[in-house]
Order: sequence, then structure tokens, then C-alpha cells
Amino acid sequence: MSLPLESVAALRAQLRAGEIRPRDIVAAIRERVEAHNPALNAYVHTDWDAACAEADRADIALPLGGIPVAIKDVIAVRGQPCTCGSGILQGHRSIYDATVIRKLRGAGAIPAGRVNMDEFAMGSSNENSYYGPCRNPWDTSRAPGGSSGGSAAAVAGGLAVVALGSDTGGSIRQPASFCGCVGLKPTYGRVSRFGLVAFASSLDQIGPLAHNVEDAALILGAISGHDPSDCTSVDRPVPDFAASLEGGVKGLKFGVPKEYFIPGMDPAVERAVRGAIDHLAREGAEIIDISLPHTEYAIASYYIIAPAEASSNLARFDGVRYGHRAKDPADVIDCYARTRREGFGSEVKRRILLGTYVLSSGYYDAYYLRAQKVRTLIRRDFDRAFASCDAILTPTAPSPAFRLGEKLDDPISMYLGDVFTIAVNMAGTCGISVPCGFADEGGGRLPIGLQIIGRPFGESTILRAAHHYERTTPWHRERPPI
Amino acid sequence: MKTDYEPVIGLEVHCQVRTRSKMFCGCRTGFGESPNALTCPVCLGHPGVLPVPNREAIVRTIQTGLLLGCQIDEYCKFDRKNYFYPDMPKNYQISQYDMPLCRGGGVTLDRFSFPKDAQDSPEASARKRVHLTRIHLEEDVAKSTHFDTTSGIDFNRAGTPLMEIVTEADIASPEEAFAFLTALRLILVQAGVSDADMEKGQLRCDCNVSVRPRGQKAFGTKCEIKNMNSISGVRRALAYEIARQIEVVSAGGRITQETRRWDDDIGQTSTMRSKEEAHDYRYFPDPDLMPIRTTDGLLEEARARLIELPGARADRYTRDLGVTEYDASVLASDPHLARFFEAAASGASNPKGIANFLLNDLLSALASSEKALSECPVQPADLRELVGLIDAGRINSKQAKEVFREMFETGAAPAAIVRAKGLEQVSDTGAIEALARQVIGAHPGPVQDVRDGKASALNFLTGQVMKLSKGKANPKLASEIIARMIKGDPLVR
Amino acid sequence: MGKVEIDVAYVAHLARLELNDGEAEAFQGQLDGVLGHIAALGRLDLEGIEPTAHAAPIHNVFRADEPRESVPESDALANAPLAANGLFITPKIVE
Ligand SMILES: [Zn+2]
Repeated sequence: MSLPLESVAALRAQLRAGEIRPRDIVAAIRERVEAHNPALNAYVHTDWDAACAEADRADIALPLGGIPVAIKDVIAVRGQPCTCGSGILQGHRSIYDATVIRKLRGAGAIPAGRVNMDEFAMGSSNENSYYGPCRNPWDTSRAPGGSSGGSAAAVAGGLAVVALGSDTGGSIRQPASFCGCVGLKPTYGRVSRFGLVAFASSLDQIGPLAHNVEDAALILGAISGHDPSDCTSVDRPVPDFAASLEGGVKGLKFGVPKEYFIPGMDPAVERAVRGAIDHLAREGAEIIDISLPHTEYAIASYYIIAPAEASSNLARFDGVRYGHRAKDPADVIDCYARTRREGFGSEVKRRILLGTYVLSSGYYDAYYLRAQKVRTLIRRDFDRAFASCDAILTPTAPSPAFRLGEKLDDPISMYLGDVFTIAVNMAGTCGISVPCGFADEGGGRLPIGLQIIGRPFGESTILRAAHHYERTTPWHRERPPI
Repeated sequence: MKTDYEPVIGLEVHCQVRTRSKMFCGCRTGFGESPNALTCPVCLGHPGVLPVPNREAIVRTIQTGLLLGCQIDEYCKFDRKNYFYPDMPKNYQISQYDMPLCRGGGVTLDRFSFPKDAQDSPEASARKRVHLTRIHLEEDVAKSTHFDTTSGIDFNRAGTPLMEIVTEADIASPEEAFAFLTALRLILVQAGVSDADMEKGQLRCDCNVSVRPRGQKAFGTKCEIKNMNSISGVRRALAYEIARQIEVVSAGGRITQETRRWDDDIGQTSTMRSKEEAHDYRYFPDPDLMPIRTTDGLLEEARARLIELPGARADRYTRDLGVTEYDASVLASDPHLARFFEAAASGASNPKGIANFLLNDLLSALASSEKALSECPVQPADLRELVGLIDAGRINSKQAKEVFREMFETGAAPAAIVRAKGLEQVSDTGAIEALARQVIGAHPGPVQDVRDGKASALNFLTGQVMKLSKGKANPKLASEIIARMIKGDPLVR
Repeated sequence: MGKVEIDVAYVAHLARLELNDGEAEAFQGQLDGVLGHIAALGRLDLEGIEPTAHAAPIHNVFRADEPRESVPESDALANAPLAANGLFITPKIVE
């Protein structure tokens, strides 16, 4: 039996018609995973029996009733492993549920399977994983992007209906762009972070990856909302995102920032994104030129704030209460130092060192405080821009998926790849990546993403724009060759 | 000439704030539970958890600040203090760095906060104010137990709200340190912000101490005595440490800056960590927690809970109610006692007499029956009435004690007891006159002596009237009547 | 912010992070490079600019002082690398 795994709406129609049961969806996913995960390495842990049992209890009357959701290995599900793609959490099982998991279940969904990621969400290629790299379904010699590479590859490869990812500097949008699916980073505070293992607390946000904009809207609606367990979650009403998809782009004003079309960016990316902008203009949107003048400082300030917060957030991984512990430690300090040497990979170590350094005695003002002030400037850039437009159109990433290993020894070049996504996290606003074309690379095709950035809590607007774009273009119907 | 040295002491007091739940999670605060029974993912520092501050702990800290005269800033925040230690669930402690809840303030040292053997010294009556640097709120760490080759960690205490009260280097003797801690503890307990039970580790103290030649401005090298958990221990440890430092510098030696521990059994401090690792706590604002704006209701609520400080209360008893200084300090030091006293003294003409009866007769009756004041069968209003009966001359003080015994046993009102026992003094002029006439008739000699102006004879005749009345006659009235009858009525023989 | 060189050994010790052979040297070069890139922030005039610590300008987010159930001891210790008698066991802590 072939199920429409690429659409929540289609699956729901079949469920409600009694043509299929929730466990059939889980079984179909399982079949796909067993066939293709060896090549993709998208899932790092599955428990199909538990998922089937949960599917049998699912209430299909609920908005996501019976729909399995792949969960990035950084979000806690009680009783399931939560290893953040790291050696240091091998064997660890969560003793509680993240708020998004409670909310998903409340909407009838089934958290099914844990997907690959860069260790502690640090990376843009999914190569920094204890489980080895996840691979891009369009070309398995290439990176799926990161850090939510497993989420994007699972969705794009048809190994998941929808997935949760997390985005600190582009970790949902960039892999969505690389793998040719939809990825949305909500406004900071829209979705509870309780149960999301923190990378950079002031930037992290959980969001959906999906085959289409409507599915992304459904998931976002289910996981959004104020959470008393997260002080940074914002208490404001959650609109019915799925209901506000219609309406088109007529009357919407899009800003195109000159700083996001830079020398050295891939010509195929520029062509595809310019094409998307022209398309939206033809569909009735108004396009204006804008400027986000502090864009060039976003990466530098991000690489102060994110590692600083991470160095503190990751201090708890010490082998005392959970996770890996070094054998036969001489004393407590030796136990810490070796546990962390053995448990963390290079990229995590690099960022812990950087973060520890910028916070260390005498450097706080020069680095962290300075970066926070730059953050203010970046936020003001967006405030000013949104005074004259409803949303901003940019490429999601400066290139399509690069080859695995290509940037592994060049952290700066890897960091610079996040140039178009980081500012959104620094400003705390929302952004979505939707497929907008392909680059021809060595006989194959690689997806390209269009990023639509919205006002804080303006998810409805960018979803509506993305939905209209998707409905009037063919890109999202393309399937990878696996 | 031998150099005279003076000590310079500063204290850091850690005090558990009285709350039902922990600082950043819903686990109960408790003592004596089995290990790790009061824990959850938050206070165990599990991956993915987030802290949510306990509002009550914040209000109580501000309340403490207001009581101690601190400045409360409009904006405050929580910071992370980063260091690795197995008793820290996250390897950072949520604390406050540059924007604490309270700044400045102080504690006035009253005489009776000093140790008993030092209450007569001049420093005990100097009413010195020890100044505070700040009070901030943070989370407590876990408790470790040490075995042969391992240590065991119990996170029950981890995350309990803790106020850190930091003094200026303002304290000049172990006795002042004792008095500061005693006075501070009294304030914390009375205000209800902390139980400050030192046996349960709810009040702990680090002492920074140095010595310098008297008159010298610059501080000497200081040592820190860590983790003191008794006030008398602090006094002993400081006395030892000051003597040790003076001995070292007098002999031409140098003090090394170090952390020391106090062993109360052998009465010595010893080196705990000599080579101090440079502290680099990498403080930064906790991104998981939002700033605190005290003017948004918190300050208001703390103000509404303010109490009168024990020192101010004692002053008021002495000044307005005429209670002796000692009685006033005893009454003011216990909020229940103070409340009882104020209820009894309200509208009374002789509060001093009430204080006296309360502190002597009532407290000893409670002590011998092993009752708490809250279980006292005598109501404050009844005590007031009893003292009023004495003052009005309706019973004498010996009778008063008998009435009080009955009141304490039965809870009955004093007037009723007096009536029932027929104890009331006879102040009925007619009845006394009849007795007086009888006595005057029977004792012509002493009557003549009274006429001749012999005072002792009047006393004898009064005594005879008292005897006839079986002690019930009001002696003053009887004496007046006899004198009037003898001198004023020539017919009386 | 002039040319900066990160003291990798000091920072690694602060972070309780032992490094593998060769990592110290590799990180030294890479991190100096990153710090060189970060130095671009030195060009900005930040006089009078308020720092942004949180994306949303809210304050006073608290909970009421209401106790909630703790987790069972079996959960608390479930992931412990070493536990005995209800305690998490570590190498001996020397104060
Ligand atoms: Zn707890």
C-alpha cells in the first residue's frame, strides 16, 4: 500500500475515511526507514513497537491525530534516548517530556523516531555527529545541512511526514534549503524551549520541517503557545496558522535587502532567488529595496554570544548525574576533564573553548557585552525594515548543499555559510525557507531555498506568502532520486 | 614597645529563605528526607530543563533588605556564576552579580545580642551599626558525604533559595561578630523570612579576617574561614584566628592569603586551600531568566509585610511603657512573647508591672509545666486584670500569686477566683469600723499610746484588726479608720 | 580589540576539558582565526547602545511558591553512571 506520506492533510483524509489506521502510517514510515536509512543515516534511534502502540491509542479526531513526527535528538521524550548527537550522552534516556512533545501528543501526534543532528546543534553540515554524517537525499555525497540535517533528510527523503528541528543560527532553514523541504524558525518565545537541550539559550527555537507549507503551519500551531515552565516563552495568543494560509500575496510588500546578494554567492542561488522575487511580483506583491546595514556583523557577534552561552550550558555534562563517565578517574577534576575529552567532539570543544574565553576575566566587556550591543543594532535594522515592508525576501544559504568533508577543516568558511540565517536569530524574529529552484551540479540537481523573514510574531504573514509561492510554483513537488 | 594589633572582620552569611518550594523548581524544601527524594529534572540539572524563579523568595529577600535599611534598585537580574563542583547540578550557580536585589543597609548591635560575658563591656553599649555591602539571592548547592575513596551526593538541598548577606569589613572583634549574627538571626526569624536554624544548616557563614597595627589604614592579608555553622563557633574561631595572625606578624612573619577551616573540637583553624586557584567565574546574565523589576508590585508587597525590628521594639517598651531595659530586650527578642505582652499591656496603667509578672511568674509557670506560650491557659487580658487588682489594692501580692496559680490551672478570670475564694480585701468602711471599735475597746493602753503619737501602737492596732478580719481587711484603710476613730472621737475610750 | 591570542591551556582548564593530542595546536590556529574575524566588531561605534540580552523585552516572570511532586528516586538515579544508597557517587571530593 502506498500512503501519501508527503501530506498531513491527505493522510488525515484517509484516516478519517477509515481507509487507513495510524499504525499503517507508522508501518509505511518504518518500511521507508528500513530501506533508505542505511544510505541516509537520518534516524539515530527508532522504537517502532512503541510508536505503533502509541498510534493505536491516537485520537484521529484531533488536529494531528495519528500523524507520526520525527524528533530531532535534542528534544526530550520521556523514556527515549536523548543524546544530542553526542558521545557524552550515550545511554541517556530522558526522564521527562519536553513541552512541545506534550503539545504534539495533545494534538494527537506520535513522536516517532529520533533524527540525526550536529552534536549539540553545533554545525551546518550534520558532519559533527557521534553517529556519523547524515546524507543529503538529493546526492548522498553531500551534506544535508545542519544542524537539523536528520530532520530535513528524513522529510525530504520520504522517511518522515513531518519533523521537529531546532534553529539557533539557521539550523532549520539551511537544511530545509539544502534538502528541498520547508523549514520554519518561529519567533523567539513563540514555542517553549522546555525540554530542548540548550545550545545558545537566547537564540534557540524549535520549529517544524515539512513537505509543504500547510503541514509546517499545522505543526507550528500545535507546538506554539505560552509555557509557564519557560520564562522566555511569550504570553500572547496563537493565531490559527493553517486557517490564515489563503489570501495570496496581493497587497503584501516585500523588502529585498541589498546586503543579502553578495559577491561570491553561488550564481544558481542568486538566479533562483531573483526568479522567486520576480514571480512574487508577478503574483501581485510589491517589491522594494531595503537595507539591513549591520548584516556583516551578525556572524561575528553570533560567534561570541552562541559559544559563550553554550560553554555554560554544556558545563552540566560532567559524568556525575547522567551520560558518559571516564573510566578509573584519579580524582574529580580528572573525571571531569577526561569525561568531557572523551564525550565531546571537536566542534563542540572548539566552541566551548571560544565561549569560555570570551567570558573569562577581563574579556566580558570587549566580547560579550559588545556582541549584545551589536545585537541591538541588528534588531533595529529589522525594526526599521519592517516599518516599510511586511516581509523580507533573501536566499536561505549562499550555496546549495556542499560535499561532505569539504569544509570540515575550515571552521570559518563553515561559519560564514550561515550568513543569511543568523541575523534572524539575533533579532529574535521568524523566518521560513521554501524550495525555489535547483542548481545543476555534476549531472544531478540540488535544491535551493528562498527565505522569507517576518516581523516578530508575524508567522501568519510569512506562511501565507510561502503558501502562495508554493502553490504557484512546481519546486515542492520534485522528489529526490533515492 | 609592643605593637597593638586590631582585627578587621567581614562576614558573608548564607541564609535559607523560608519557602515551601525550591528557588527554580517545584520540589519541596525539606530536611531529613531520604537522599535525592526531593529532586526533579530541573534541580538535577538534566539536559533541556529551564528554571522559573520562585516569586516568594524574591519578595522575602526584598523584605529583608527593607528591614535592614538596604537600597532596592528598580532593575535587578540573575546571572550565572560558572565553576565546576560535583555539588552543582549545572556546574553554574544561578546567582546575582552586578545587579543584586539589595545594596547597602546595616544591622545595629544592641547590648543583649553580645555574648553574656561581654554585655557589660563598653563595645556592647556602643550601639554600633555594622554596614552591609549587599544582599543577593541565589540557589543552594547539594550536600556531599565523603567516604574512603568516593563521595556521595544528595541533591535534596540543591536549588533551595539562599540569601547571601555580605557585610563591609566593619566588624572589630569576635564579640561584635557574635552580636551581629545574633541580631541578624533574630531579625530574620522574627520577620519570618528564614527559620535560620543553624543545626539544619539554614544559616552558614564565611568569615574574612585580617589584623593590622592599630591606627594603620591599610588592611593586612586576610584569611577566610569557611562554612561556620554556629554563632558561638564563629566567636571562638575568630578569637583563635586573630591570636594566630597576631602571633605570626609579631614574630616578623607574613600571613598567607588562604582558606581555613575551623575544628570546634580541638579549637583550631587549619589550612584548607593554600594555593588559591584564581577565581574566574565568567559571570554573565542568565539568558533563561528575565530581568526583575522591583517597582512592579514586588517592593509594594515586601513593604506591606514589614515588621518592627526587635531593637526598635525594645526601645519603644523602655521609652513609652516604662519597662526596664533588660525586661524590654527580653520581651522584644521573642515575637510571641512581645505579642502577648503588648496585648496584656494595651490600655493598662502599669505595663512595667505586667512585664514583671509576665517574665517572672508566667514564664516560670510555663517552664515548670513544659508548656509553650501559645498553650498558655492565662489570657493577656486576664494578666492585665490581675495586675490591676494588685494596683488597686484589692488583693495583696501574696494573694496575687495564689490567684495566678489558680488562673494557670483552670484558666478562670482573676476576679472570679478572688470572689470564689473570698480573697478580696475588705474595703467596706462600715465592716472595718466595727472591727476597729472592738479592737479599740479591748486595747486601751495602745490607744493611749496612739494619742501620744506613737506610730508603732497604730501598727499594733491595725494588726489586730487584720487578725480579726482573717487577713481580708484592706490594711491601709484599717489603719486610717483606727487613727480617725481614736483622734477624731473623744468618746472613744 | 587588537590582535588576540587565546590561551588555550588556561581556557581548557577553566572549561574542565582535556584535549586530545594535536587538538591544542589545531584549536589555537582556528580560534585565533575566529577571533580575528570577530575583531571586525571593533569598527563599530557602540557608544550609548543598550545591550540586548533577551529577544523579547519582558520582565518579572515568576512562579508561585507552590510545591509540586518530585520525581521518584528511581527516575532521579536512572541515568547515574554510579549510584549507591540513593546517592550519586563520584570520585572522592577533596575540598
Ligand atoms: Zn526540583
